[in-house]
Amino acid sequence: METVGTNIFLLVGGGIQNSLNSSGPNAASLERLWWLMFWVCAAVFVFVMIALAFAIRNGTHKSDLNPVLNPSPQTERRKRNAVLSAVFATVVILFVFLIYSFSTGRALTADLSQKGGLSIDVTAYQWWWNVRYNDVDASNIFTTANEIHIPVGVPVTFNLRANDVIHSFWVPNLAGKKDLIPGKISTLWLQADKPGVYRGQCAEYCGLQHARMALWIVAEPQEQFNAWRQNQTQVSIPPATDAQRYGQQVFLKSTCVMCHAVNGTTAGSNIGPNLTHVGSRNTIAAATLSNTREHLLRWVADSQQFKPGNKMPANNLSDQDLQAVVDYLQSLK
Amino acid sequence: MNYGATQISDEELAAQMEREKEELERTWSPPRGLRGWFTDTDHKAIAIRYIVTAFVFFVLGGVEAALMRIQLARPDSHFLNPDQYNQIFTVHGTTMMFLFAVPIMTALGIYLVPLMIGARDVAFPRLNVYGYFVYLIGGILLYTGFLLNTGPDAGWFAYVPLSGPAYSPGKRVDIWAQMITFTEISALAGAVIIVGTVFKMRAPGMSLNRLPLFVWAQLVTSFMIIFAMPAVMLASSLLASDRLIDTHFFNPAEGGDAILYQHLFWFFGHPEVYIIFIPGLGFISSIVAAFARTKIFGYTAMVLSLISTGFIGFGLWVHHMFATPIPQMGQSFFTAASMIITIPTGVQIFCWIATLWTGKLNIKTPLLFIFGFFAIFIIGGLTGVMLASVPLDLQIHDTFFVVAHLHYVLIGGAVFPLFGAFYYWIPKWTGRMLSERAGRWNFALMFIGFNLVFFPMHQLGLNGMPRRVYTYLPESGWGTLNLIASIGAAILAVGVLVFVINFLWAWRAGALAGDNPWAADTLEWSISSPPPHYNFHNIPVVQGRYALWEMTLDAPVVRGLSTTKRETLVTSVLEAEPELRFDIPGPSIWPFLVALATGVTFIAGIFTPWAFLVGAILAGATLTGWFFADPNYDNEPARETPKTSHPIGPPVELRPKEV
Amino acid sequence: MSDIHPGQAGLPQPVKNQSDDRAYDANEGKRLFSQYNCAGCHFNGGGGIGPALMDAQWIYGENPENIYATIVEGRPNGMPSFRQKIPDNQVWELVAYVRSMSGQLRKDVAPTRNDNMNARRSEQRTERKTPLPTTPGRNQ
Repeated sequence: METVGTNIFLLVGGGIQNSLNSSGPNAASLERLWWLMFWVCAAVFVFVMIALAFAIRNGTHKSDLNPVLNPSPQTERRKRNAVLSAVFATVVILFVFLIYSFSTGRALTADLSQKGGLSIDVTAYQWWWNVRYNDVDASNIFTTANEIHIPVGVPVTFNLRANDVIHSFWVPNLAGKKDLIPGKISTLWLQADKPGVYRGQCAEYCGLQHARMALWIVAEPQEQFNAWRQNQTQVSIPPATDAQRYGQQVFLKSTCVMCHAVNGTTAGSNIGPNLTHVGSRNTIAAATLSNTREHLLRWVADSQQFKPGNKMPANNLSDQDLQAVVDYLQSLK
Repeated sequence: MNYGATQISDEELAAQMEREKEELERTWSPPRGLRGWFTDTDHKAIAIRYIVTAFVFFVLGGVEAALMRIQLARPDSHFLNPDQYNQIFTVHGTTMMFLFAVPIMTALGIYLVPLMIGARDVAFPRLNVYGYFVYLIGGILLYTGFLLNTGPDAGWFAYVPLSGPAYSPGKRVDIWAQMITFTEISALAGAVIIVGTVFKMRAPGMSLNRLPLFVWAQLVTSFMIIFAMPAVMLASSLLASDRLIDTHFFNPAEGGDAILYQHLFWFFGHPEVYIIFIPGLGFISSIVAAFARTKIFGYTAMVLSLISTGFIGFGLWVHHMFATPIPQMGQSFFTAASMIITIPTGVQIFCWIATLWTGKLNIKTPLLFIFGFFAIFIIGGLTGVMLASVPLDLQIHDTFFVVAHLHYVLIGGAVFPLFGAFYYWIPKWTGRMLSERAGRWNFALMFIGFNLVFFPMHQLGLNGMPRRVYTYLPESGWGTLNLIASIGAAILAVGVLVFVINFLWAWRAGALAGDNPWAADTLEWSISSPPPHYNFHNIPVVQGRYALWEMTLDAPVVRGLSTTKRETLVTSVLEAEPELRFDIPGPSIWPFLVALATGVTFIAGIFTPWAFLVGAILAGATLTGWFFADPNYDNEPARETPKTSHPIGPPVELRPKEV
Repeated sequence: MSDIHPGQAGLPQPVKNQSDDRAYDANEGKRLFSQYNCAGCHFNGGGGIGPALMDAQWIYGENPENIYATIVEGRPNGMPSFRQKIPDNQVWELVAYVRSMSGQLRKDVAPTRNDNMNARRSEQRTERKTPLPTTPGRNQ
């Protein structure tokens, strides 16, 4: 997991947070629409620039600069025809764009209730993502944070809510974005066709740490997903070593317990991200730090250094307590 | 007065003209000194103040942009902390949109529209003074807050609930909301003035179909301001009310709606960008005509394009809200409208290119900036068509792609024409020509710098970089393009600096401009540079669309207006036939006092609702003073008089001055 | 104010609470009041299980240092101690907020309405109440 957070992004053309590297049907149709519009618009631009260049070249070869007040009717007619043709071409191109855009849009918002598949509730907080997997069987419902696993090839419906201000759920490799607005529920569906990691980021300015509010969608084969899901529904793993036991005690008697829940202990607050299986996540701090021991130590000791203004206060823990708590957190797989 | 065909010698005529001009200058001059500065109602003086103030805000907004670019040049930079960055991008947007773009466009209208239509002043000179001081107070309010670390930090659009009472504590957003009030009152004042002036104070013979395209653009913009500004005043007032007196307009838990704010704001916000862009279209028409030495092709189509852009511009606002959970059927309508608005703008562009094609090009700096407009704005317009499509917008909305688009259309569509307008009209305003060589450097640096900053942003947006982020991770791979953009910003800044240096040098040492250095066609070029206080000694009778080019040597002029009191001609709306000899109000201290009362009301209104009661009383008192001080109006009907037998008025130059 | 108090001997030193002057801190205090479930006993300031916080009566004193001591040390009759549970800076934010509920903060610092159901007037529009000492159990 150490190197997972680094070098995972790639430049142009590749990349796990890139709308031009679509990995699902939703984003793929948008990418097709993009390239159509791009090439047509590029051609239009080149054409107009050439016309302008010719106009300039034509005009700079005149010697006297007396104003032309009575252009010949023939020239006027030619100009009129040229302008009308250009307008006509514009209308045709716009019409094509319009139709293609409508049909793409219709496919994207196809009746969501028929999608079946997986249903996930995401609630955006300042500045992290609360994720709850739904199921008809209540014992399969669980809550996690900032990292969403989905099975490959299965459509997933997200029900999106906001707890405080407007956020926007955006995973460019898989789908367009949807705003999460307090008082309203938005829905979005997406599907991953290839296994892999897809990074999303909040795309509506939501305050101090809008820049560091991201999430991961991990698409994996169905069996792997089932195993992951099964693990997530379990209560937290009890601490095994002395250090972890001490760490759990520190967790329960200091500030951690005021905001974080660890199922299976007395920590049940849902103000902050659920930490029941935090040890198995790839990232922390809303997908902006990789989940390494060093990062955990820094984050728990003083998250304000990395993400100033976020709602988790600095913790005045002794070094021994800090090491123990991190031991405990890492054990919560 | 010299009516009819009475015989009078040339020397006596010349002496009489000189005497009249001296009397007019005395009548129309403002009082001297500090008192003069506060009471002067001369539209040219007010417009220059607007232009200078707006340019200062432009530079300040540019400094904020430079700070942002320094912060974003490298990933995980600590140059600015998130709170500073958030205030800076908010104040940058607010400054550019409210304190620079709209005021400066209005200002060029206020200076040039009376001159182009042959009027001695604007329709409501004291309202003009009031509008300026209200604007100045609003700008000072915003920057005082900013410099005291109480600058707004919720974005220039200040969406609720982030900008609401629960998530933006303190007075930051209240300062923003009240600053909106000031700038909108100022814009409304300017709009009302321009509409009144254009409709009723044109020179005889300038029927509506002979109106210069610049004036048409200002007219359409003014109507847009009148219909759009109330929406944002409502949005900001409801927000201020939520924050100050516990109303629940935007509180979903108590029956309010966060999306209501977005509708109100963007109903203004979209026309706002056309309010900024359409005056630029007017500049382009003026400059293309003058530098292609020919009439703009397709006058009727151009006018109809301006008007339809104005209309359609009000039907686009939801395209800023495509990512919200509003029904898709409704959103599709706005996709169609957003694409349709390309057509009138396209018509204009094609007509200009056609004009250039058959013209004789005098390639000077103003025209260079127009070429820059073509290259840049068209890219912006095309990315706009992409953003108009709902599904594609869902990928690129709120990313740096939109930042690129908006700067391509605003800088390409408004700032480049504006700089062209500066090079074109500064000789008229100051009497000095700017350096042509420095102008070319100015253009080149701005063009190259601009494209270096903003073109990479298209790629960044597609590559997943959202907007309004104070930093980004090194692993994202966005560092290289961001660095290029920041280097471009430095080049762009140098370009603007070249302009400032050019202006300061030219002010003292530039070549004297004379009346008509460009041998252009509109009426402002028939008077001296800078113009006298009274604008026109004898208001000309206009004989064609391109007034100076189509003016015959024995063109009639208007005689008989008083030289001892401020009088101008009021004409009919359609055909510009003389109706009244209209008494124009002169210098007065009351507009400034009403502006102060307005300032006190709304600034105190940030802190307590009682301010509005006190303010109403203050405003009532000062307004009473204003109307008490009305001149003794005895507007007499105007009669047509026979033409004199002597040609009056300067001969029209047909050759451009060598620069 | 009662002379009997828990914790260390001696009255708490008078302290100027910086959060009293910062709108951001008072607003944070409001958020924490709800998130740490102070409302569970004190409800929206009207009291119930615990004493009312929006009235003029103060059992242990209305000065910042007294309220700080209340939160950190706890008090008899049910106020738990939050030492080590709530970091110091957040306690001071809560102190500022508690004082704002009876209108003790400046109008430009006190929080305004929240974005939820509003049970009472916002702190900013609450008129300032002159603090009076009282004894436990009174008005409950």
